[in-house]
Amino acid sequence: MQLLYLLIEIVVKCVVVFAGLMIVVAYLTWLERKVLGHIQIRYGPNRCGPFGLLQPFSDAVKAFFKEDLVPGDSDKTIFVLAPMISIIAAISMFAVIPFGNQFTIPGTDWVVKLRLADVDIGLLYIFGIASLGEFGIVLGGWASGNKYGLTGSLRAAAQMISYEVALGLSVVGVIILSQSLRLTEIVNLQAGGFWNWNIWYQPAAFVFFIICGLAEINRTPFDMPEAEAELACGFNIEYSSMKFALFFMAEYAHMVTMGAVAVTLFMGGWQPIIPQLSFIPGIVWFCGKLFIFLFFFIWQRGTFPRLRYDQIMKFGWKVLFELTLLNILITALIVSLRG
Amino acid sequence: MAENVATIFQWLIFLGMAFISVLASFLVITRKNPIHSALFLVLTFLCVAGLYILLYSQFIAIIQVVVYAGAIVMLIVFVIMLLDLEVELKAKLKFVYSKVIGGFLAILFLFGIFYAVVAKSPTGKVGSYTPEKVTANVKAVGEVLFTQYLLPFQVIGILLSAAIIGAVILTKKRT
Repeated sequence: MQLLYLLIEIVVKCVVVFAGLMIVVAYLTWLERKVLGHIQIRYGPNRCGPFGLLQPFSDAVKAFFKEDLVPGDSDKTIFVLAPMISIIAAISMFAVIPFGNQFTIPGTDWVVKLRLADVDIGLLYIFGIASLGEFGIVLGGWASGNKYGLTGSLRAAAQMISYEVALGLSVVGVIILSQSLRLTEIVNLQAGGFWNWNIWYQPAAFVFFIICGLAEINRTPFDMPEAEAELACGFNIEYSSMKFALFFMAEYAHMVTMGAVAVTLFMGGWQPIIPQLSFIPGIVWFCGKLFIFLFFFIWQRGTFPRLRYDQIMKFGWKVLFELTLLNILITALIVSLRG
Repeated sequence: MAENVATIFQWLIFLGMAFISVLASFLVITRKNPIHSALFLVLTFLCVAGLYILLYSQFIAIIQVVVYAGAIVMLIVFVIMLLDLEVELKAKLKFVYSKVIGGFLAILFLFGIFYAVVAKSPTGKVGSYTPEKVTANVKAVGEVLFTQYLLPFQVIGILLSAAIIGAVILTKKRT
């Protein structure tokens, strides 16, 4: 019986997290277009429903009914497989994010922990799945049999390898402080008010993490793989209909996960701002903090121009790499001096 | 009852992973298109990572995914994409010597594996690392790595940095 309950709990949690993530992704596209619109002194989508709130659904319907083209020159199996790799990786990364503490189901003594998998390698899992997700973009561009697509995927491969290094190094400081890769332990160590959050102990790592995270999810200052002006959309140039929509959803799901990791590592996860406010459920705090990050990701897209490709690579290897290493050195030195 | 279910599941996962990894590694060497080979290599690595998880070694499993399936195959794919292999594939280059050398090395390696399997009995005595201890094993790996195996660890570190510096110097040379 216990086993059956456990199975039900796992299935319910998976379904709820998946549905929640999809809804967030759908409305993130709406939010992005709305915010970008107002930044550019336009209205953004406002025709479908009040404030254009039904826009994501009309987009989905449009994507479904478009013609699904597979170019003749393409490698057909990989062409179909690539968007799937992207979306599966982007969604399964969310499995280790702790989005709340735990609660007891009223009337029973069954404790539900608000995370899908509390594994010992949580942080490494995120990096591993993220590096697998890159195959989606790289293979998608290559399989299209298109020069722009190939250029886009070459850029994606080079950029992601470079920034993955700095991204991995930037979180080592946090790992040193919390002495664990388990995300729940990292969050629990930041309990007891906002002055305990890692962002105050690792401010430089926080900035590096955000920069590398933006490069990792191909957001605007670093959206080289799909630079419209030079590559005419790069890796997804030959994709249409639902396959393009899958790439699109994967990008936004990856963005949500990146924001969630930033919240978990630096902003105390589900912990309240001050201990007196702990009567508000942790999931509300988590979503609120996540919203700040998502808004920032959209805001900076409307603010910064796109960098040049060689500037990105130079910045990644000659500035970020050294600075993140320096951050690890200083953190380790201080920690070992304090004993 | 619960334990029986768990054992059956473990067997099913093991059989599936083992079968897929053998099949995928066979496809790696038979595919004409090098990108397809690289992708089957990723599949093999993922299945091996699954086997590590069955052995309670999450850390090695995820390192397998990050380093091999992620970074190294990504580099391989990058290089294959940069080189235009279409011409070479059409010319049907004959790799006679490399086939002989490769076959010889493969047979040598096969003997090595056989020796390892036969010489050391897999049913050793139970050590101090129980599944419960090993599952939370990032700390365990770190402790062993930085105490018992500190010297090999540092030697590998020096070797890798030498390789990186060497690669950078090779690209700088303009003649």
